Amino acid sequence: MQKLVIIGAGMASGRVLEHLRDTAPDTFEITLFNAEPRGNYNRIMLSPVLSGEKTYDEIVTHDDAWYADNKVTCRFGEKVIAVDRARRVVIGENGEVPYDKLIFGTGSSPFIIPLPGHDKQGVVAYRDLEDTTAMMQAAGKPNARAVVIGGGLLGLEAAAGLRLRGMEVTVLHISTHLMERQLDEAAGYLLRRDLEKRGINVILQASTQEIVGGAAAEAVHLADGTVLPCDIVVMAVGIRPAVQLARDCGLTCGRAIEVDAQMQTSDPDIYAVGECVEFNGNLFGLVAPLYDQAKVLAKTLLGEEDAFKLRELSTKLKVTGCDLFSAGDFAGGDGREDIVFRDPGRGVYKRLVIEDDQLIGAVMYGDTADANWFFGLIKDGTDISEMRDSLIFGPAFQGGAQADPMAAVAALPPEAEICGCNGVCKGTITAAIEGGATDLGAIRATTKASASCGTCTGLVEQVLSVTLGDAFVLPAAQPVCKCTDLTHEDVRRLIKAQQLKSQPAVWQQLAWKTPNGCHVCRPAINYYLLADWPLEYQDDLQSRFVNERNHANIQKDGTYSVMPRMWGGITTPDELRAIADAADKFKVPTVKVTGGQRIDLLGVKKEDLTDIWYDLNQAGMVSGHAYSKGLRTVKTCVGTDHCRFGTQDSTGLGIKLEKKLWGSWTPHKVKLGVSGCPRNCAEATCKDVGIICVDSGYQVSVAGAAGMDVKETERLHDARTEEEAIEWVAAFVQLYRENGKYLDRAYKWVAKVSLDWVKETLADDATRAALNERFEISQSVYRKDPWADHNQSRAALYQPLADLTQEAAE
Amino acid sequence: MSWIDIGHIDDIPLRGSRVVKTRAGCLAVFRTAEAEVFAVGNTCPHKGGPLSEGIVHGTSVTCPLHNMIFDLETGQAQGADDGSIPTYPIRIEAGRLLLDAASVAQRSAA
Repeated sequence: MQKLVIIGAGMASGRVLEHLRDTAPDTFEITLFNAEPRGNYNRIMLSPVLSGEKTYDEIVTHDDAWYADNKVTCRFGEKVIAVDRARRVVIGENGEVPYDKLIFGTGSSPFIIPLPGHDKQGVVAYRDLEDTTAMMQAAGKPNARAVVIGGGLLGLEAAAGLRLRGMEVTVLHISTHLMERQLDEAAGYLLRRDLEKRGINVILQASTQEIVGGAAAEAVHLADGTVLPCDIVVMAVGIRPAVQLARDCGLTCGRAIEVDAQMQTSDPDIYAVGECVEFNGNLFGLVAPLYDQAKVLAKTLLGEEDAFKLRELSTKLKVTGCDLFSAGDFAGGDGREDIVFRDPGRGVYKRLVIEDDQLIGAVMYGDTADANWFFGLIKDGTDISEMRDSLIFGPAFQGGAQADPMAAVAALPPEAEICGCNGVCKGTITAAIEGGATDLGAIRATTKASASCGTCTGLVEQVLSVTLGDAFVLPAAQPVCKCTDLTHEDVRRLIKAQQLKSQPAVWQQLAWKTPNGCHVCRPAINYYLLADWPLEYQDDLQSRFVNERNHANIQKDGTYSVMPRMWGGITTPDELRAIADAADKFKVPTVKVTGGQRIDLLGVKKEDLTDIWYDLNQAGMVSGHAYSKGLRTVKTCVGTDHCRFGTQDSTGLGIKLEKKLWGSWTPHKVKLGVSGCPRNCAEATCKDVGIICVDSGYQVSVAGAAGMDVKETERLHDARTEEEAIEWVAAFVQLYRENGKYLDRAYKWVAKVSLDWVKETLADDATRAALNERFEISQSVYRKDPWADHNQSRAALYQPLADLTQEAAE
Repeated sequence: MSWIDIGHIDDIPLRGSRVVKTRAGCLAVFRTAEAEVFAVGNTCPHKGGPLSEGIVHGTSVTCPLHNMIFDLETGQAQGADDGSIPTYPIRIEAGRLLLDAASVAQRSAA
């Protein structure tokens, strides 16, 4: 087998690996070097990670399992020191690797302006995960401030992300308008206005003089005397191809490593791909041509003919809410004509540049729905003289068709490009649909359309819709309620990422459409806030459903049921007497033994609640939380104390678990069962968490159900000791508390995130310990009896405000 | 009109409610914003749910039993639901809540 060595795990080399895997999996023995201590991820999606809209895990394109499955030897975190072309070996920090074929995928380095102070702590580029993490950390400080140098694509994405994280952000740009390489002045103005509306300060024609401070950057000084205090400085002024290694080993380099159309360098066994490449005098920074190069290189390696061609590029900004698009050449000039459309009210600007009856450039801001159609006209050099009158209104207006958003997509020819990143045209997608790929996930898997930056997701969905007709149902990302378009998952992530610690902060920062939510979102948001910030957030009883506000279960006639806790189902004659006395005293019509091994007093009037609680408290009993989205009961069998089959003290373990978990709030109710032997008298295997005691220890299983769905639990862990079992249970409950969607029972949550993920997460000792620690921090606030608490602080609220039954009628 | 003092505005939690007992059943007195109160019938026309126990949002309340939503200003059910609850004049004077005695009495007589 031939030895292939790749230096650099970037987006281009990752794509080469995929092509090789797909077409010729056993041709090469592959070694992959990467100076970053990780493998391939989707670098262009760092902006959504920065803004908190995505997590790092979501942008990993190849994980450890992928490399293992495809037998790629990974040398991550190891720098390559030299390439010895005479001996055909790559010399890494940890040793040499021989090669038959070598690929340079060394990418580029961010350009750092050598200003005085540029080497201080807190001056970062925006290039890799480390930079992103540094920015997220800086944003974690209250009232933190950032200065972003560079108003291009990357700089603005960084600025928007930092602003979303709550930082005060100033963008310094040297030119007279933002993104001057992609936008004309009018569009640049609209973009600036939109950014300023988001609270981002923009200074144009800014001349940065120096970065001042001690060891760390504290302020940026401009030539005009302006001083901008800051906690972090992000330099996003451009990139330089990383070619030192290639130069050192004698490959021909201009501004970057020179390659031919087969991606071959001056050495026939060495290739280069990506941002470190120079082809016919061109350098590359956008992802689409990189993917083209990867495809060509994979074919070249397999001895197939292909040639890399330059093609027109378009640009989109990945800042949620800033819709802009530019393509082609939009400079004015002799023989060029403009068609301009403006709608200042809506903030829409479109400009088409025409030369010799062909569209040669387009800039759009605010409404980019037709961008791909225009881009197609530019690439194809279509004669537009016939449709010039209505050209600017887009494809829907051509040929007298109606302005139906679907019509625009339906009108696209098969060769129209839908996904710019991956160069996927409409015909490829429709072919995939006819081949059985009928949803977005399948389209991504088979064609890669919308699998990179994702901005064409809507278009791909429209192609699906046009092709499949009614058979296609748009995958509705279900918003929490009508107050927001965000999903529960989005809201949870943004509460954490943006450190939103109050309900008004959530409503304001996440643009709630109602003044203070509704009965659907308020309980959910209240739960998320108290689960994520137990010490900072004050539980809001007015955002709770009546049962949790009044700590009793409302019945259909407006009375309540009252249920004291019976730890592990164990009670005493004294407790039973107190319950009987209370039932008599408050004329409780129904006394019922529940399935959770306790006694329910049904039909108590609201005015009597505090008094009956007081009596039960006096007898040593506390609330059973039989009404809460929290820990309900721990059902047990009698275990070794009495049972001839019992293997462990299941009752004792049940009591310990209940004492640890009681009072905790969870996305939905949590019920536990502990059985002393596999005969399972406590019916533990249909609970949210079930423990079966066996001779060798404790089988902890989770995600059971016995309600609307019936489902057996699945094994999480076999614990040897009681302490270990309790530690795993608490860690599982905390993981569910931190990640579950409000009103998803544990089994539904586990189905979404997968049991494997839960197991993997909890298997890490440090993670489990941290979960236990966070659980205890939260319990330091919530592990207390609400009955006693309400009797002390809220008793008056259980009585009528006024009694007018004695008032004389007029 | 003759006004009856039924309590202080701070006796009602923000976005909360308290009941006032009358001879013809309970009224619910709601507080939405800092100093905005409404007095309405406490009983949901659907299945008799106690509206004072509902979640208050904007100037609406959601019945705790089956999520019917009422506008507290008009008493009208919102959305697809039909039905209404009676509303009663109430005002705030120096922090005291004053309920119109005549309309409460009419309620008793009705």
